[in-house]
Amino acid sequence: MRLDLLPRARRSPWLDLLAPALAFLAAVLIGGIAVAALGVPPEQAFLTYFVAPLSEVWSLQEVALKAAPLALIATGLAFCYRANLWNIGAEGQYVAGGLAGGWVAVAAHGFQGPTFWILPAMLLAGTCAGIAYAMIPALLRVRLGVSEILTSLMLVYVAQLLLDYMVRGPLRDPQGYNFPQSVGFEDAARLPLLMEGESLHAGVLIGLLGIVLAALVLARTLFGFEVRAVGASPRAARFAGFSDARLTLSVFAISGGAAGLAGICEVAGRIGQLQPEISPGYGFTAIIVAFLGRLSPPGILLAALVIALTTIGGEGAQIDLKLPLDLTRAFQGLLLCLVLGADVLTRYHVRIVPGGASTRVTP
Amino acid sequence: MSLDIVQMVLVTVLAAATPLILAAIGELVVERAGVLNLGVEGMMVFGAAAGFAVATETGSTGLGALGGAGAGLLLAALFGVLTVGLAANQVASGLALTILGLGLSGLVGAGYVGMKRDPAPHLHLPGFTDLPGIGRLLFGQDAFVYAALLLVAGVWWFLWRTRAGLTLRAIGDDHTATHALGLKVRKVRFLAVLFGGACAGLAGAYLSLAYTPFWAPAMTAGRGWIALALVVFASWQPLRVAAGALLFGGATVLQLHAQAAGLGLPGQLLSAAPYLATILALVLLSLGRRRGGSLAPAALGRVFAPSR
Repeated sequence: MRLDLLPRARRSPWLDLLAPALAFLAAVLIGGIAVAALGVPPEQAFLTYFVAPLSEVWSLQEVALKAAPLALIATGLAFCYRANLWNIGAEGQYVAGGLAGGWVAVAAHGFQGPTFWILPAMLLAGTCAGIAYAMIPALLRVRLGVSEILTSLMLVYVAQLLLDYMVRGPLRDPQGYNFPQSVGFEDAARLPLLMEGESLHAGVLIGLLGIVLAALVLARTLFGFEVRAVGASPRAARFAGFSDARLTLSVFAISGGAAGLAGICEVAGRIGQLQPEISPGYGFTAIIVAFLGRLSPPGILLAALVIALTTIGGEGAQIDLKLPLDLTRAFQGLLLCLVLGADVLTRYHVRIVPGGASTRVTP
Repeated sequence: MSLDIVQMVLVTVLAAATPLILAAIGELVVERAGVLNLGVEGMMVFGAAAGFAVATETGSTGLGALGGAGAGLLLAALFGVLTVGLAANQVASGLALTILGLGLSGLVGAGYVGMKRDPAPHLHLPGFTDLPGIGRLLFGQDAFVYAALLLVAGVWWFLWRTRAGLTLRAIGDDHTATHALGLKVRKVRFLAVLFGGACAGLAGAYLSLAYTPFWAPAMTAGRGWIALALVVFASWQPLRVAAGALLFGGATVLQLHAQAAGLGLPGQLLSAAPYLATILALVLLSLGRRRGGSLAPAALGRVFAPSR
């Protein structure tokens, strides 16, 4: 048996929608079998994962709070991936942003005088730190041809260790009974809540704003066209006079800035202080979200909601059904595999040929 | 006396280098065939969990090693179906594989957290192993270490001394031309991916069965990624993989000793040393090469879809 792939002359928009949907169904099916193997009725698990989080106000807020940073980071990453550049160190850029912005909050702690500038300064510092941290792999690639995949990833571990050092050393709360954490931020250094007594904070709006902005840049500007052109045909783009180096630096700046902003929003929003762990792997999960959303901002928004839903559902399943949390991660990894595999339907006519006769190459 | 201290240090360096050698030599074959599998970390950590589980259930380190290799092979097969069979993007599929592998390792390993095992037995040849200075280094390692060194020699011989090895390298350099010649591009690539997966799984099993004989979540700690960097660093040459891995093993051991000696440097900085060293190594390599064209297999990472 042989599998023949014939390139499609043009992409069908219906298949573009159908392929990820099919992949999602397949992932749910396989997940259901796994859950059954662990001794839990699949329909009960389905309700806990996908329906229960939607049924209560607090869990809906949790879904939004988780989806916002994922979608923001993934939108930034989409610029890179569309241009065939592989920033996989968003987790490090997120940590750098959270650390730098949090540092501002710690430095301004107990400041006598007007405090209106503290929060904007934190957001700015976080974004800039994310950009600066992303510039390291970008510059190494542009100047020396070093693989951005490996350097951006190595820098994730470095950023996590730097954060660990800072909260155990220079930024530790002197009155914190030796716990590895900074002082709790003052109100002027916290993102305001959107509703009194609830958990939803302004970081969600900042995230949404960032995504809308990015979507406009990608769809409506010359720069956005450049990114899409390079991704579609690098050679043609080079003939059109687009500069590789400038593009590389730009898309890394965008993705790093988005990740840094997400980091400081999480620190100034939900967490309210610096601690050794400020991310449940958002930077890596965002990679899944970016591809699940087919590298388009609206798709990414939808994908982020789906992934956030499964994560919140996974936490619920851990408590209610005693299902391990790693099941959620395995499910997300499997989902990404299936989405990438289903992509074949959108790009090729797939033909299964019985027997194994040799093929001839079309030029 | 001091010779024995040197020997002790070299023994630990070799132990730290072994998982890197195993994972990197497998990935080298994969990349020589033109496929970039970024899922090494995932296959490795799944191999570590599965290897420990099998060894604990059967009471046999050997079966555990096989289990680890099998687990890596399984994930690699999925990767092969995606990238070789369905022409999916290799970078994205590799990342997906890492995430999946981390999740699966947590599932498989959940019941084994906190359990300990006796480390894999070390060779003991009466007379030889007791030789001062070199005995333990040459005749006192565990089977993984010898397997890793044999694999390096075997891969070198295969790639440069056999016709099949020549075919594999040719496919990695130009899949269109080799396909036109009637060579089975997809079959060779799939087999290479499987081999790489088994090696990565074995590397993981080494960690949980010999290096630190217990299972802990995410215990590979980025070694899979360092192995990937090592392949680049070695310019896709098997013998240089071994040399590079020993260098990195040395850096790891040095960092541990520095931490124990308490140099006054923050522990986090020392822990970051292997990652910073990896970046530095890649930078130095490209400085030395001076843009003289890439040494990578020409078709590395490119999608191949044969049509009629």
